[in-house]
Amino acid sequence: MNQISPLIAAPAVTQPAVSVRGLSRRFGNGPRVLNQLNLDIAQGEFVALLGRSGSGKSTLLRTLSGLDPVTEGHISCPQEISVVFQESRLLPWKKVWQNVTLGRNDTPRDQARHVLEEVGLAHRIDAWPLTLSGGEAQRAALARALIREPKFLMLDEPFAALDALTRLRMQDLVSALWQRHKSAVLLVTHDVDEALLLADRAVVLEAGRIRAELPIPLPRPRRHADPVFVRLRATLLEHLGVHE
Amino acid sequence: MSGATLHNTSPAAPRFDVPSGTAFSSSSRRKWVNKLQLQNLARYLSPLLMILCWQTACSTGLLSTRLVASPLQILRTGWTLVQDGTLSTNMGVSLLRAVAGLSLALLVGTSLALISGLSQLGENIVDAPLQIFRTLPVLALVPLFILWFGIGETPKILLVALGSTFPIYLNLHKGIRSIDPKLLEMTRTLRLSRSQTIRDVILPGALPDLLVGIRFAVGISWLMLVVAEQVNADSGIGHMMMDAQDFLRTDIIFVGFAIYGLLGLISDQVVRILERKALVWRPQHLKTTASA
Ligand SMILES: Nc1ncnc2c1ncn2[C@@H]1O[C@H](COP(=O)(O)OP(=O)(O)OP(=O)(O)O)[C@@H](O)[C@H]1O
Ligand SMILES: [Mg+2]
Repeated sequence: MNQISPLIAAPAVTQPAVSVRGLSRRFGNGPRVLNQLNLDIAQGEFVALLGRSGSGKSTLLRTLSGLDPVTEGHISCPQEISVVFQESRLLPWKKVWQNVTLGRNDTPRDQARHVLEEVGLAHRIDAWPLTLSGGEAQRAALARALIREPKFLMLDEPFAALDALTRLRMQDLVSALWQRHKSAVLLVTHDVDEALLLADRAVVLEAGRIRAELPIPLPRPRRHADPVFVRLRATLLEHLGVHE
Repeated sequence: MSGATLHNTSPAAPRFDVPSGTAFSSSSRRKWVNKLQLQNLARYLSPLLMILCWQTACSTGLLSTRLVASPLQILRTGWTLVQDGTLSTNMGVSLLRAVAGLSLALLVGTSLALISGLSQLGENIVDAPLQIFRTLPVLALVPLFILWFGIGETPKILLVALGSTFPIYLNLHKGIRSIDPKLLEMTRTLRLSRSQTIRDVILPGALPDLLVGIRFAVGISWLMLVVAEQVNADSGIGHMMMDAQDFLRTDIIFVGFAIYGLLGLISDQVVRILERKALVWRPQHLKTTASA
């Protein structure tokens, strides 16, 4: 809908990479899981999506990634998207590098190696997925997402199943990768610190609507001990209905 | 802070003393290996003992050798049958029938499973009739098959094929239908085409079930063959056994029995090897290759 000739478009206003307008979704006759939702994500912007369980975060992501249909409202999204889920969803019968290049038959192994190097998994290029640790499997899933050079990357609780230490490493990795590739990112997370470490903006979803938006104007790399970080953390927790 | 942690860990270090640890593990492994060998021996001890009892019962006249040949007699007969070529000819014929029937079953079973596994329309058309057929006792069809196809090779091969089609169809169909939907979702987000999804996800994902089906099919094919060859045949192991019955040659019957057993065992092993080759990515196979 907004793909109209970029040559004539006013240079001052850049188009958002992703735009959602009046999106509603219900399953059967149940209540609306998404309710007249509006959301824009700028080119290269990192947005964290928070909200309690069942608030519709995954449903929004599934709709944006084309897994669920748009029944009411509009979305516009780049063609080049990638999704990383909580589970790595690697094919167990393909080696790591074949998983990374899955569906792109002309991709040489060297290109897979290059991306695997970026996520720190080059030494496991010929491993079978079932022999990977949880963190390694998520790195492979990240590599599979990155090799497609997405303009829009969606992450649905990608580190929720990892131990605390591995999660910290993965957060660093995602931060570094995003700064290098500068694609628009939508990260679903339950971890307030993760949102504050990584995102430009935190969005809180409640009952299918955006309840609060919080810009995070902190320079990177960010530190938990930063007083602004601490203050933002309290605000965000309050929006989530948690009082410290 | 760092000094404190250092101080904390050092008293615990001797507990992980390397030499004593390895000595313990290697000696325990040796014991374990010995135990395993003993267990293996014990497993074969009881059948050996049974054969010994059988032999003594025959030698002492406790068992009539007209009804039950002695193990030694069976061995001797087996050897003569090998030497005069009777055994190899009949075994060749039986093997050919089994292979032909199984190949046919593999072709038909996988085709039907693909049709009904990959499309809803296909399932509606194919699945219900097959589920009905599979509950029928296939062996009851023997008289009908003789009527239809005479007493040549056709009815025997078809009987084998019919019996072994069902396990192949049922297992592969189940395998295709139980592919992890999360993997299929992932292929959709990667924009894989339908044919790519079938080739890279559905078929390899259903392969373990197909191999299980093949193993069942191999077992059933021998069963069908025994019946088919004993009812109407002029060659094959089953025919050799029926012929022997007319002359009260229990030794030949036992030889045939042993051959069927041997063929069943070998074909099962072949499928197992196939399994290990095709499913290298599975953790249990990975472990065996790593320790080997
Ligand atoms: N396929 C479906 N059929 C029926 N209801 C569904 C379906 N998928 C999701 N829902 C419902 O929609 C609501 C939102 O689900 P969603 O998965 O989007 O929540 P979420 O915010 O991702 O939660 P969580 O943080 O636990 O992952 C839930 O109440 C869920 O029960
Ligand atoms: Mg969710």
